[in-house]
Amino acid sequence: MLIKKPSDIPSSEITSKSTFLSRRQFIAGAALTGAAVASGLYMRRSGWHLEETASAGAKIAGIVKSQYSTTEKPNSFQDITNYNNYYEFSTDKYEPAKLAGNFRMRPWTVSIEGLVQKPKKLDIDTILKLAPQEERIYRHRCVEGWSMVIPWVGFPLSALIKQVEPLGKAKFVAFETVYAPDQMPNQHSSVLPWPYVEGLRMDEAMHPLTILATGLYDEVLPSVDGGPLRLVVPWKYGYKNIKAIVKIKFVESMPPTTWSIQWPQAYPFYSNVSPIEDHALRSQTYERRIGEFQKRPTLLLNGYADQVAGLYSGMDLHRNF
Amino acid sequence: MRPPAEKLIRALKVAVFLLCLAPAARLVWKGFHNDLGANPIDVITRATGHWTLIFLLVTLGITPLRKILRMPWLIRFRRMVGLFAFTYGSLHLMTWLWLDKFFDPHEMWTDIIKRRFITAGLTAWLLMLPLALTSTKGWIRRMGGKRWQLLHRLIYVSAAAGVFHFIWLVKADLRRPLTYGAILSVLLFFRIFNWLAGKMVSKPSARAVGDLS
Repeated sequence: MLIKKPSDIPSSEITSKSTFLSRRQFIAGAALTGAAVASGLYMRRSGWHLEETASAGAKIAGIVKSQYSTTEKPNSFQDITNYNNYYEFSTDKYEPAKLAGNFRMRPWTVSIEGLVQKPKKLDIDTILKLAPQEERIYRHRCVEGWSMVIPWVGFPLSALIKQVEPLGKAKFVAFETVYAPDQMPNQHSSVLPWPYVEGLRMDEAMHPLTILATGLYDEVLPSVDGGPLRLVVPWKYGYKNIKAIVKIKFVESMPPTTWSIQWPQAYPFYSNVSPIEDHALRSQTYERRIGEFQKRPTLLLNGYADQVAGLYSGMDLHRNF
Repeated sequence: MRPPAEKLIRALKVAVFLLCLAPAARLVWKGFHNDLGANPIDVITRATGHWTLIFLLVTLGITPLRKILRMPWLIRFRRMVGLFAFTYGSLHLMTWLWLDKFFDPHEMWTDIIKRRFITAGLTAWLLMLPLALTSTKGWIRRMGGKRWQLLHRLIYVSAAAGVFHFIWLVKADLRRPLTYGAILSVLLFFRIFNWLAGKMVSKPSARAVGDLS
């Protein structure tokens, strides 16, 4: 039908009185919705919280404090264990909490191999006894623009590295997540190449801030957050912190990393937190701390510049972030 | 098929109206019960974005549906659903303007020129704006049906821009944006097919054809 003149408008096109009125209700409804959403957010801000869920995790005994912890207020156990990226389970940040519950963390063996004097296959319970378990309250900055303060429990990666005595030509450390599609449903999909791999330069790996996390608050690291063993490098974006590690390999040249295979320009090898280096999808100038409404400025190297800037002296950080 | 009684259509309109409000009501309900998870702003942003696209696709689905089912009266729901697409789109835009950028003009401008998914998203909303403004009976009369219809074909471009906005913003998982894209393609293909079919039937008569509404 070609509508030529206003008089040609079929009666079906003419607004009935009820529609006309419903449009007014509609506008009122839309305004109410907006107001209600805003007040909902406000209530959340003002600390009207639900009870935190009890966790079934076992307690870790003898945790020692660390000088490297921040004094900032940690996020709740509830938030840390219910909001994170774990693409092996789902690309949605709320789903891993529902899907990781039955993930088997025992038996668990980590193979440490490559350019080392003493390659080892270590049981997770042996690894837990390698060094004192320290509380490390770190800022965590996701490349997506949100951040948390997380009270990890763990020990310096350097303690493990010393056990295997790397050779002089070992310049990088490559990490690998377990490949267990029967337990990690999204490993059946091809959203990322599996298994997940990550890497650090040797000096980054040896740095005292770099830890292998084994716990959260005072509990054994929940599977949803990468248990039984994950990497935490607090001055880098979250995706560098590889989860559920089964392999650590010492290599001579820069190893591939999953996200840089996926999108090299957006996820470079170093991926150090930097407010001046844009990600393809967003400015990194500000971040939203989970639980806060206003955004806060992102700090160079996530606030750890004093400790780690030296690792990158002489490097063009614009090109190497 | 005979159209349903006027009374029934009115009742249906109320029902559809309430149904269209449900996604927003759900967010409000969850917001009040502190049930939007660790990052409520992110949840609201995503939900309003999804519902904008869904309502756009439903709006575009009404014409094919009324033709296939021979239920021309379905057209009477199109404006309402279309206005809901605009409303959810506006809420979605607000999450960016306010909750993400805090109305910082420099930050917003940088986003618009540097990030194609922002450019596409803003384009999609801007194209919906004149359609929402001219959605009234008065505007159809003032513009004339033909010009009005021509203007309202912008919804195709808006929906396409919306789908590209989604495709370009995901990091790895393209399944959902591509699903929306596939549905949109089917809906657009229906119109092309219908238009071509209409052209062939009407030849060589001068009868008015080319319904792309």
